[in-house]
Amino acid sequence: MMGRYALVQRSEVSLKSIMLVPLVTFVLALLGSMVLFGFLGAPPLEVLYRLLIDPLASAYNISEVVIKAAPLILIAQGLAIGFRAKVWNIGAEGQLIIGAVAASVIPITFPESQNVLMLPAMMLAGMIAGAAWAGIAAALKTRFNASEIIVTLMLNQIAVQILYFLINGPLKDPMGFSYPQSVSFPPVAMYPLLSDDGMLRANASILVVILLSIAALIYVTRTFSGYTLLVGGLAPSAASYAGFSAKKAVWITLLIGGAAAGLAGVGEISGPIGRLQPSLSPGYGFAAIIVAYLGGLHPVGILLAGTFMAIVYVGADGAIIDVGLPPAAPVIFQGMVLVFYLASFALVQYRIVRVQPEARA
Amino acid sequence: MKTKAGESPLLLQLRNITKRYGTYVANDSVDLALEHGQICAILGENGAGKSTLMKTIYGIQQPDEGEIVWNGEKVAVTSPSVARDLGIGMVFQHFSLFETISVVENISLTVPGSLPDLAEIIRQKADEYGLHVNPDAPVHGLSVGERQRVEIIRCLMQDPKLLILDEPTSVLPPHSVQQLFGTLRKLSERGVAMLYISHKLEEIRDLCHCAVVLRQGRVTGTANPRQATSAELARLMIGQDIPTARHAEAKPSCEPALTVSDLTYENPDPLGESLDSVSMAVRPGEIVGIAGVSGNGQSTLARILSGEIRLQGHMAGRIQVFDHPVGDAPPGTRRQMGVTFVPEERLGRATVPTMSLADNVLLTAHGAGLVRKGLIRRRQQADFADKCISAMDVRSRGRQSIASSLSGGNLQKFVLGREILLKPRILIVSQPTWGIDVGAAAMVRQKLVDLRDTGTAILMISEELEEIFEISDRIHVMYHGRLSPSVQARSVTAEDVGRMMMGEFDQKMRAA
Repeated sequence: MMGRYALVQRSEVSLKSIMLVPLVTFVLALLGSMVLFGFLGAPPLEVLYRLLIDPLASAYNISEVVIKAAPLILIAQGLAIGFRAKVWNIGAEGQLIIGAVAASVIPITFPESQNVLMLPAMMLAGMIAGAAWAGIAAALKTRFNASEIIVTLMLNQIAVQILYFLINGPLKDPMGFSYPQSVSFPPVAMYPLLSDDGMLRANASILVVILLSIAALIYVTRTFSGYTLLVGGLAPSAASYAGFSAKKAVWITLLIGGAAAGLAGVGEISGPIGRLQPSLSPGYGFAAIIVAYLGGLHPVGILLAGTFMAIVYVGADGAIIDVGLPPAAPVIFQGMVLVFYLASFALVQYRIVRVQPEARA
Repeated sequence: MKTKAGESPLLLQLRNITKRYGTYVANDSVDLALEHGQICAILGENGAGKSTLMKTIYGIQQPDEGEIVWNGEKVAVTSPSVARDLGIGMVFQHFSLFETISVVENISLTVPGSLPDLAEIIRQKADEYGLHVNPDAPVHGLSVGERQRVEIIRCLMQDPKLLILDEPTSVLPPHSVQQLFGTLRKLSERGVAMLYISHKLEEIRDLCHCAVVLRQGRVTGTANPRQATSAELARLMIGQDIPTARHAEAKPSCEPALTVSDLTYENPDPLGESLDSVSMAVRPGEIVGIAGVSGNGQSTLARILSGEIRLQGHMAGRIQVFDHPVGDAPPGTRRQMGVTFVPEERLGRATVPTMSLADNVLLTAHGAGLVRKGLIRRRQQADFADKCISAMDVRSRGRQSIASSLSGGNLQKFVLGREILLKPRILIVSQPTWGIDVGAAAMVRQKLVDLRDTGTAILMISEELEEIFEISDRIHVMYHGRLSPSVQARSVTAEDVGRMMMGEFDQKMRAA
């Protein structure tokens, strides 16, 4: 008779094994892509080189990594605060779009302005709009107990349609030969570049991201507010006993997550893009969910995980062109990261045991 | 009960059944005999070994020692399917029905036959036993009572000789209970024997032919519930040795610290416990105990007092702390007024299981100078945790120990210590020694008495009568959402309290 296998919860999970999870995930995902892309005709070692080494091999590539790391880290920091409280905001992509749209109204209205307060005003507008967009989910959750997962997910679609409508209408550049895009932003609407080399696009948004990561670290480790959110996520009954409001937790986390995503949206239009256009993000809002978990929902871990994810993004972009990987390669890689992460996390918490077949009478 | 001719007089006999989990003896040489058609109540407190025994009979687990004799033959019930083949059915407390398919589809998963045939049998059984259920109704639309009927019908489809019912009424609204009893009586008349787990005495008197009492895994008594008096039954369930208070009599001041006046609360959850005009007062320097079997409204009362359930604004005055209405105040406000709480669930409610003791201190002690300008003060937090650990002799690897790594007793000492260190004017504690070892229980009770002597008003909700008698100054009993008048703990007898636990709040009972 065949034995069955079952997952049994481990009585104790060491911190060390939890720390190992992201590392094992990375290695497995890299091995997986070597095998998978190998079948598509790309030499495995070449894939590994392309994904990991090449993105760090030139100043230009590093600058591209920085550009991609900034939104991933920023959004993940905001989402992680929610995930720790078990509030599942998966609408960062939509919040990013709405933040970008709202912020873009300022430079589109004043395209000739030289007021240096324009960028700060845009950052503020982006954060408020992103937070307000996430706030819809918070209001529906606290008022009608509507699942924030569904609401935030569906709001993504609405955000995209709003963007398409506005970019084909009120926000379209009238002189743009009817391309669906806005006017180019004035210099005061742009993040300053980090270097004078005209080739390098990396800008000061990464500094904002690092500052906010430090703020997130302080918030989750040192503040009482951060503590109450964590309690609500770990033990809702304990939070209710202690008098920590669950509704407040939903509001705080969704507003923070929305503001971070909205600010990331500003980073795109005021950074590499320089105008409002129909495609603003290659799915940063979704990839950031993986980054948040890979980083162990900890601000420092998220910095590392976001950087890693950005490296692979840039590497895969290059490999698509040079080694002939399919255009879906970065998404495939993300998928593998997620699957291996979930698998290794499950195996840290559970062990596989063989169950003896049930004795028959 | 009379037996049918030609059959062995006894349907089921258990001889010497012993079941151990490690060193813990869940069933200790249990003997039991059941006749055809007999309804036998299995009584006992939580952890007395009732469920273990039923699982053994139903084949979910095997006894370490002893034998099961079925219709005069020794049998090995090695799995539930063997039990079902013998004619043993079990109705679980939690149902195992698939929500998205219909009643008859659910039943077809375990009973062979075509859907139309099965539906016809279901209708027959339903008519025969008064179990009204539409076979084609989807399960998700059924009430809890209807789902239970489906479970019972599913058992009946296999023509059982013995039905095991695990607290079947705990999930039922009152009006469905009599309907269920009607069905069970009909089954009994047709020769189906039943083992009926419950701790509701009046149900048992109503329904059962015999009662077996389990305490700490052993059979400690049997009775005929229809002839025994309430007092005898109460005594059987409570045990013989009720300790008397050894500590000095309370010297309460006159002004009550906590007053509840005519509090009625209709629980929006139809299966939740409601409260019916509850009134009481707790004065500084006394311990007031609320006795009663769990599920009579105690947990609702505790949540209302703690602020986890908040009353509507106009009801706020029904609960007063030093003459201030607090019924609509959140838990934090009540803590600021000097009220602290030790809830029944120490892991998951009183503490966050995966957090360290130091972080668990913050849960309720954040107002005691551990937070400044929104920032946690780590030094003060560590000091508070250390003080709590040493004052209560909490055995752990220090303040960084994870709450769930502590034994129940040590965790309870930690929780109580945390609340005591907040120097409460009123302490409300639920089941303070539930499931903890004797030494820790003694210490917890002593600490409560010590706290009382410093002038704190203490309200203790407990299912353990020994404890109620040992440290309370006055005793209330809770029954079906009502609260008895209080009696003086030093002069009342166990029988009196036992009767009150069955709802007999005698007018003659001396009100304190």
